[in-house]
Amino acid sequence: MSFEIYHFITSYNYYIIIFLMISGLFIVVSKGNMVKKLVGLALFQTSVYILYISPGKIVGGTAPILADGYTIYSSPFPHVLILTAIVVGIATLSLGLSLVIRINEEFETIEEDELFNNELNDE
Amino acid sequence: MRLDLLLRISSKIFLPFIILFAFYVQFHGDFGPGGGFQAGVIFAAGVILYTIIFGVKKAQKDFPEKIFNFMVPLGVLIFTVTGLISLSKGYNFLDYDALAHYPKHGQHIGIIAIELGVFVTVIGSMVSIFYAFVGRGKK
Amino acid sequence: MNEHAPALVAMLPIIGAILIMLIRHNHLNWLIALLSGFGTMYYSIILYLDARSMETISYAMGGWEPPVGIEYRIDEFNALLIALISIMSFLILIYAKSSLSNELKKNKISTFYSMYLLCLGGLIGILSTGDAFNAFVFLEISSLATYVIISMGGDRRGLLAAYQYLIVGTIGATLYVIGVGLIFIITGSLNLYDISVKLGDVELYRPLLASLAFITVGIALKIALFPLHAWLPNAYAFAPSVGTAFLASTATKVAIYLLIKYLYLVYGFDLVYSNQIFIFVVLSLSVLAMFGASVIAIFQSNLKKLFAYSSVAQIGYITLGIGIANYNGLIGSTVHIINHSIIKAAIFLAIGCLVFSSKIVNIDQLAGLGKKMPMVAVCITISSLSLIGVPGTVGFISKWYLVLGSLEQGWWVVVFALAVSSILALIYVGRIIELIWFHAPVSSIVSENKIPFEMIAVTVLMTIATIYFGIDTRLTGDLAKIAVENVLLGEQL
Repeated sequence: MSFEIYHFITSYNYYIIIFLMISGLFIVVSKGNMVKKLVGLALFQTSVYILYISPGKIVGGTAPILADGYTIYSSPFPHVLILTAIVVGIATLSLGLSLVIRINEEFETIEEDELFNNELNDE
Repeated sequence: MRLDLLLRISSKIFLPFIILFAFYVQFHGDFGPGGGFQAGVIFAAGVILYTIIFGVKKAQKDFPEKIFNFMVPLGVLIFTVTGLISLSKGYNFLDYDALAHYPKHGQHIGIIAIELGVFVTVIGSMVSIFYAFVGRGKK
Repeated sequence: MNEHAPALVAMLPIIGAILIMLIRHNHLNWLIALLSGFGTMYYSIILYLDARSMETISYAMGGWEPPVGIEYRIDEFNALLIALISIMSFLILIYAKSSLSNELKKNKISTFYSMYLLCLGGLIGILSTGDAFNAFVFLEISSLATYVIISMGGDRRGLLAAYQYLIVGTIGATLYVIGVGLIFIITGSLNLYDISVKLGDVELYRPLLASLAFITVGIALKIALFPLHAWLPNAYAFAPSVGTAFLASTATKVAIYLLIKYLYLVYGFDLVYSNQIFIFVVLSLSVLAMFGASVIAIFQSNLKKLFAYSSVAQIGYITLGIGIANYNGLIGSTVHIINHSIIKAAIFLAIGCLVFSSKIVNIDQLAGLGKKMPMVAVCITISSLSLIGVPGTVGFISKWYLVLGSLEQGWWVVVFALAVSSILALIYVGRIIELIWFHAPVSSIVSENKIPFEMIAVTVLMTIATIYFGIDTRLTGDLAKIAVENVLLGEQL
């Protein structure tokens, strides 16, 4: 097997990431329901978590805890970053959902087409 | 009452262990896997389980919402005060070396203080978010 | 404590925000906000003076030395912007008390101050941090606070505006993180300075370009560069007046700084500007913003929305300077960041006065304002004139440098575009000035409340600043020159 094909197959994690990323963005763009849009947004963010974490894994490496008998460790650094990103994602998602709840209370619909056409572009 | 006796009893049995496990993860965080965020989420999961089983009213009576709303800024305050203590001793912001005579000791105290701040904030925000959502609707 | 100023400028607002949330007292909240705003301003000025006297200040957070730890890296450029936004937000805080108690429900005021300070802390964090991921975290802190501020405006459409911005802003921040992730995979570092050194040896050109594209588009969403600006007019229109003034004078400016930082200090002049397509895209989008947004602004009936579209157009001027990318163009950008911040603060604060006294939201209601509220009318007139770039106002200075810069490049089309967009600005500003001074007052508009002294005082102060810095450019122009010479073009000159 040539090097390029080998490379193509072993970087499968990036295909998963790209698939998740595009499907997340697609949901955000195509769906009119505000909750569905937020789900898409969460999916989009999740793909980034994998983008960071998957290169941190070192083949044959173990969890980054010092112990006898192990010399190769995976990089713990991306995990720390992504823990922060997850917290940010939670904050965004919950703020978004609470906005949707408030919008539902005020306008009694969460379909974006109706809302934006009637409310924001009326002037 | 309804026929959820099994759920009630089993959740009552589980709840202390969930809380205990949260504290285990919290205090184990500076040696092994774990830490304030995970511990906070586990603790909050305990409160959320209680709410699901016993209903929002009882849960909010036993675990008042105000406490959790107060915990959110309190944890961040613990975090920043730790940083300010380092500052006041002439070290950089959040430099744990300042917290004890020996740097290694200081790092130890520092990480515990920081994780405590994270723990408190995470419990507060998770439960506050949960309460904010379940409290809405039926009006 | 002065050597800790880099940490303190970012932390003081956040500490203030926490205290306000903890205490939630109806009278103390303003005082705490004011105090922490003042502290931030004080340390930001000290920081600027330090940055001028020393070379570059590097502050290791937590005592972990860079590139391992998070580094706060202060040079003359970002120290200038930190000083700018902390001064602006302190002045707006003085103004805030009466305006907020009029516009918001009583129980929401504490939350507003807290979010205001959190946003300020986040913005200063973006400016001062030298760590790519830390910048993302601060970007999200400030954005989340911004979403809350926008949704609090009282108008229910504010919720929609906040939701719209939340979706767009999160996509922008996530694209930025993807770009940072690609850089992280390429170089294995997150420290911006370290990255800029390591990128020199990188042979993989395509991933580098991809990361540049992701970061540029992500930040462009936050800047509200022309085709990506849809969130901005609604957000500005429905936020509380104080929030609008604050966001218009600080938030987009900080995002622009982040873009400049990436283009000049991280990727480096050679990589970015050897790429003709990149320059073409930036230039054409800037020109489109100057035209498109100005044309849309002409047809607006909502006062705040009109000036929000004008903000989009003015952002086009700033990015135009980035695209021109020579000495004068960059000075034009930097000066316009400062000037536009002052102009928009003056305008939105004056509009806040109008909302306070007689709930004016639409342009028709301005008729005859010159007779009823001469002070506010003069403020709006002067600051709108400086949006056009009338000589003697700050707007003229920035346009002057931009014209000089494009002439140096020999781009007559750009000079022409600048002239035409000024004429477009004249049209929408002219409508307002005509209504204010040459129309009979509308009798249905009665001023209910007397505008308090501090609101008028801050508005007048900002308006005077738009004239003062237009005549005496020693402060803004020279500081911008120093920033551009020493930081951005240090190697080119």
